[in-house]
Amino acid sequence: MNNGKINRVKDTIFKYVGILACSIGLILLAIFIGNILIDGFSRIDLDFLTSLPSRKAEKAGILTAWSGSLWIVVLTFFISVPIGVCAGIYLEEYGKKGRLTNLLEINISNLAGVPSIIYGLLGLEIFVRLSKMGSSVLAGSFTLSLLILPIIIVATREALRAVPSSIRAASYGLGASKWQTIWYQVLPASSGGILTGVILAISRAVGETAPLIVVGALAYVPFTPKGIMDEFTVLPIQIFNWVSRPQHEFSINAAAAIIILLIITFALNGIAVYFRNKWQKKLS
Amino acid sequence: MKIKLESKNVDVYYDKLKALSNINMIIPENAVTALIGPSGCGKSTFLRLFNRMNDYIDSFKLSGDVLIDGQNIYEKNILVDELRKNVGMVFQKPNPFPKSIFDNVAYGLKIQGIKDKEFLRKRVKDALVQAALWDEVKDDLNKSALSLSGGQQQRVCIARTLAVEPTILLMDEPTSALDPIATTKVEQLITSLKEKYTIVIVTHNMQQAGRISDYTSFFYMGDLIEFDKTDVIFTNPKQKQTENYITGRFG
Ligand SMILES: Nc1ncnc2c1ncn2[C@@H]1O[C@H](COP(=O)(O)OP(=O)(O)OP(=O)(O)O)[C@@H](O)[C@H]1O
Ligand SMILES: [Mg+2]
Repeated sequence: MNNGKINRVKDTIFKYVGILACSIGLILLAIFIGNILIDGFSRIDLDFLTSLPSRKAEKAGILTAWSGSLWIVVLTFFISVPIGVCAGIYLEEYGKKGRLTNLLEINISNLAGVPSIIYGLLGLEIFVRLSKMGSSVLAGSFTLSLLILPIIIVATREALRAVPSSIRAASYGLGASKWQTIWYQVLPASSGGILTGVILAISRAVGETAPLIVVGALAYVPFTPKGIMDEFTVLPIQIFNWVSRPQHEFSINAAAAIIILLIITFALNGIAVYFRNKWQKKLS
Repeated sequence: MKIKLESKNVDVYYDKLKALSNINMIIPENAVTALIGPSGCGKSTFLRLFNRMNDYIDSFKLSGDVLIDGQNIYEKNILVDELRKNVGMVFQKPNPFPKSIFDNVAYGLKIQGIKDKEFLRKRVKDALVQAALWDEVKDDLNKSALSLSGGQQQRVCIARTLAVEPTILLMDEPTSALDPIATTKVEQLITSLKEKYTIVIVTHNMQQAGRISDYTSFFYMGDLIEFDKTDVIFTNPKQKQTENYITGRFG
């Protein structure tokens, strides 16, 4: 066999290995989702979404869980986005390249890899105990904000870096100050990328369980939160709680709740992909 | 002939690399001055001295004086944003903002805090007329500037610069990314602008320098070899190096 032929054979082999690798992931996911759908789909109805938790599986609903999740997500968004985006802008645009920024940078990347339970412990100490917030929505949101801040900061910086330097040069050349250049040109041009990062970070926060358990989110809350200092539960915790019960009816509930949670995260990811595509088109 | 720009004993370093050495040159008002020379000889560096765009390069170091209307623009009390309103710049690659044509041209005024819609509309129109683009875009000023052709984009960039009403235009190879027809348009434009503006243009195109400039300076490896009226440079240069370069017998 000559070289070209060997290469073509290698190409073909590699192609099938790749297809196999992809299908393993996809098939497992499909089995999982199919299983959940079969178990839980018929359980989803308006009652399920609007009922309080109950000791009887067929009466129990996820009202407190999804409203708790909603509270947490909204509050986390308003805490983490301003801080994360501002920090990203500072590091990328203002921070002098030196020892300190290097140190900050390495640590932010490291933070993104810290297990979420550690953030839970941090939140427990700082927010629940030291700041005396108790096991409240607020404490939970601050904790999740810590968790997703590194993601938002890194995404912001990448989006800012993707803005062509020719745009900055043009703006400066017309007499714009640094702040004007960032505000009127760089931020609008990078907003798609920043938004994508923010949504992915938020969808991560929606699915987090461990840190919220540590800060004291309850498995059973008989009411929906009315304010930021109320106790709360969230969807993943509700699911966890139902799964760990022996009765089969509860695992059906769990499956139904998982479907809802998946819909939320898929929707968030879909929106992120949509914005990213739109943004990339706009820049090129 | 009134002197508009001047450099006195200018040395520029990028770290250890000496990009310009001891440049003494004047640039006359209301004329087109071309900067020519082989790649890397320091033309862009020299051009960017006059609107202080080199300031963003960390390793950039300058000694000597750079004067506009007799005033040293590197003195401490100079406000760089004010300076740049007077000294417009057009770049090598068309670089419109990813915004509408109108917003592109109005940007320089908006950042000065001008909000009057009527006034903005008038200035935008005037600038587009001056840039010979008005007739082509007057019906879709809200279209994204990125959807225009390269030549049109470059004229948007010129209009954007003119809208701020500078007195000096710096152009760094403004036609190198354009096709011959668009190039002709921009060249005609430059010629028509010199009544009101002092124009400094970097170009690699000898014919272009010959066609549109009144004065030409030849740079070589960071040195200013020769500066004179364009017809003198092209027909009767005093330096052998200049002659060789112009006749294409080198680099
Ligand atoms: N940002 C920079 N950092 C370091 N050195 C630079 C920088 N910009 C230019 N130089 C160096 O300075 C010298 C002059 O560069 P300059 O860009 O002014 O040349 P030029 O005449 O405009 O060339 P060209 O015709 O290729 O555009 C070159 O040796 C170049 O490598
Ligand atoms: Mg150059």
